[in-house]
Amino acid sequence: MLEGSVISDNLSEDENSRSLQPTISVESLTRVFGQDHKKALELRNSGCSKDEIYEETRNTLALYNVSFEVMPGEIFVLMGLSGSGKSTLLRCINRLIEPTSGRVLIGGEDIVSMSQDELREVRRRSLGMIFQSFALLPHRTVLDNIAFGLEIQGIPEDERYQRGKELLRIVGLGEHGASMPSQLSGGMKQRVGLARALAGDPEILLMDEAFSALDPLIRRGMQDELLDLQQRLKRTIIFVTHDLDEALKLGDRIALMKDGEIVQVGTPEEILTNPVDAYVEQFVAGVDMTKVLSASDVMRRPEPVARYNAGPRVALHLMEEHDIGSVFVVDRERRLKGLVTLDDALEAVRAGRGLEEIIITGVPTVALDASLADIISLIAGSPYPVAAVDDESRLQGLIFRGAILGALARKRRDVNGSA
Amino acid sequence: MDLPKLPVGDAIEVLVDWIEQYFGWLLDGISAVLGFLIGGLQDLLLAMPAPILILLATALVWFVTRRDIRLAGLTVLGLLLIWDLQLWNLAMLTLALVLVSTIVALAISIPLGIVAAGSDAINAALRPILDFMQTMPPFVYLIPAVIFFGLGNVPGTIATVVFAMPPALRLTNLGIRQVPVELIEVADAFGSTPQQKLFKVQLPVALPTIMAGVNQCIMLALSMTVIASMIGAGGLGYQVLVGIQRVNIGMGFEAGLAIVIIAIILDRITQNLMPQQVGDR
Repeated sequence: MLEGSVISDNLSEDENSRSLQPTISVESLTRVFGQDHKKALELRNSGCSKDEIYEETRNTLALYNVSFEVMPGEIFVLMGLSGSGKSTLLRCINRLIEPTSGRVLIGGEDIVSMSQDELREVRRRSLGMIFQSFALLPHRTVLDNIAFGLEIQGIPEDERYQRGKELLRIVGLGEHGASMPSQLSGGMKQRVGLARALAGDPEILLMDEAFSALDPLIRRGMQDELLDLQQRLKRTIIFVTHDLDEALKLGDRIALMKDGEIVQVGTPEEILTNPVDAYVEQFVAGVDMTKVLSASDVMRRPEPVARYNAGPRVALHLMEEHDIGSVFVVDRERRLKGLVTLDDALEAVRAGRGLEEIIITGVPTVALDASLADIISLIAGSPYPVAAVDDESRLQGLIFRGAILGALARKRRDVNGSA
Repeated sequence: MDLPKLPVGDAIEVLVDWIEQYFGWLLDGISAVLGFLIGGLQDLLLAMPAPILILLATALVWFVTRRDIRLAGLTVLGLLLIWDLQLWNLAMLTLALVLVSTIVALAISIPLGIVAAGSDAINAALRPILDFMQTMPPFVYLIPAVIFFGLGNVPGTIATVVFAMPPALRLTNLGIRQVPVELIEVADAFGSTPQQKLFKVQLPVALPTIMAGVNQCIMLALSMTVIASMIGAGGLGYQVLVGIQRVNIGMGFEAGLAIVIIAIILDRITQNLMPQQVGDR
């Protein structure tokens, strides 16, 4: 994912960097709930906290001077405890809540200063929204719910039903078009919500605690499906959640909010390993690092490896030189073929057999983005290191028990020790 | 020492004179339209032989209650009883009065309820008026009705409309205000115009509550028929009134029973008009 500095550097440049234009750009957004905006903001500028401002003016400073950018195709997570302003912020982006000041640029156009007609057009064309409570219309069938946005746009019935059925298939509810929402389970309802949001083919999806009302098991399933869908559809998603695990799993970048302000923006890794202050640190303290770190974080360079067409003598030599008990074997394209142990190699040299006769195939492999949690269970049942391979099964790295323990210990120290 | 009496009564009389002088044409117009509607509907109902209408009514109950055999049976028996008691013509007049008053009351109260739901100021202004309308004894409405529209079915209908309107207005207002805020957000987030939001989200979601208001409106209109007969509205109510005046318990009871039968049938039809409950909260 892109670093903040890269984004801002390229913004000022010419058209070559057009693909790096942010889809959404929020600039010093502020929202005050109450009568006396000026007084509340004056107090904030003189350093008062949100609670003090409320005591003094009965105004709630829901958002203060929030700025961030979301790049095309990115899942940007707004995370924070309840009352931190994350849902208000989300609603300012499609102006369900009017910002008190600041700008929200979508594709370069400022939403905040638009007329109602222009705003309606942008909402229809580029903004899909998904709600925590599903918010399906109870009097409409599933298909009519999905086609709601298209109906609002005045698209003829057969066309919107056709599109609706297509989306039903995409979210895996093919046969439920004629059902009423009350007949569906929570997970199914939110699939309908997702299909409804996608129906108008918006480039941006606003997801407000979209999975928070679901059972943990179903929630994880929906998260996986969203990631799958995102691979294909490449939308720009702003995802609000209070659940750190969800944020870490889904977010390309995460903005952690507190009292209406963004405390830190960064990739999940950055937030975990480099918390900017004690609050963030506390927030991430309970994270299960085995779910955060992946194979690529703990693997070592695959050295040495034996070539498949080399003989057992070469393999034996490699193992002796590096003082190891086994060596992985790859072909010319570095695709993993298997593994040869020291004992087998000795035996083969003595009996004059070839490498292909002693190679152990079917050794455990993991993808580069496999989580430590998965790797630990694999490695526990295997006497050999685990091989990390890419999509074309080329050997990219080796994972040893010691490396996993070391990585966990190191991350824990980073997180706890940086205050 | 006597306090000087404020001329409230005199003021009202002046007001009434003023209205009659300047809005007489309007009153005449309303009178003509209502008279035409009531007469027309009564003629229509009486144009059909009673057995056919009984069958049609039973079929309607059967259909809207989704084949509730007990209610359909009750409808046949009840209507046959009214016919047998030779109250059929009066019952049809009562039905015409109730339907016309209800339609007029709903035509005023539902739009007003929608407006009140959209504006706290209008809602606040309407509330005391509605309280006044609902707490004032219904007999009091008879007086201005008589003054402006004379005696007969038309002033009876006017008094009935005033009496039956408030619950429908209140429940429309309430139903729309109770539409969950996320559903309003859905309408807005997907780019609805205010009209689309009203007709595709607010009214359909509020419909069960609004229908409860419609049901209340019909029931109140029916209960007003007896009172309205005091200013010359005809039908079963008048029959009850005659029963009271002559201390004729049998006559009063028969007409009262017919009113109850019509009330039950209308109630069951309106209660079942809603599609199968599809609540999703």
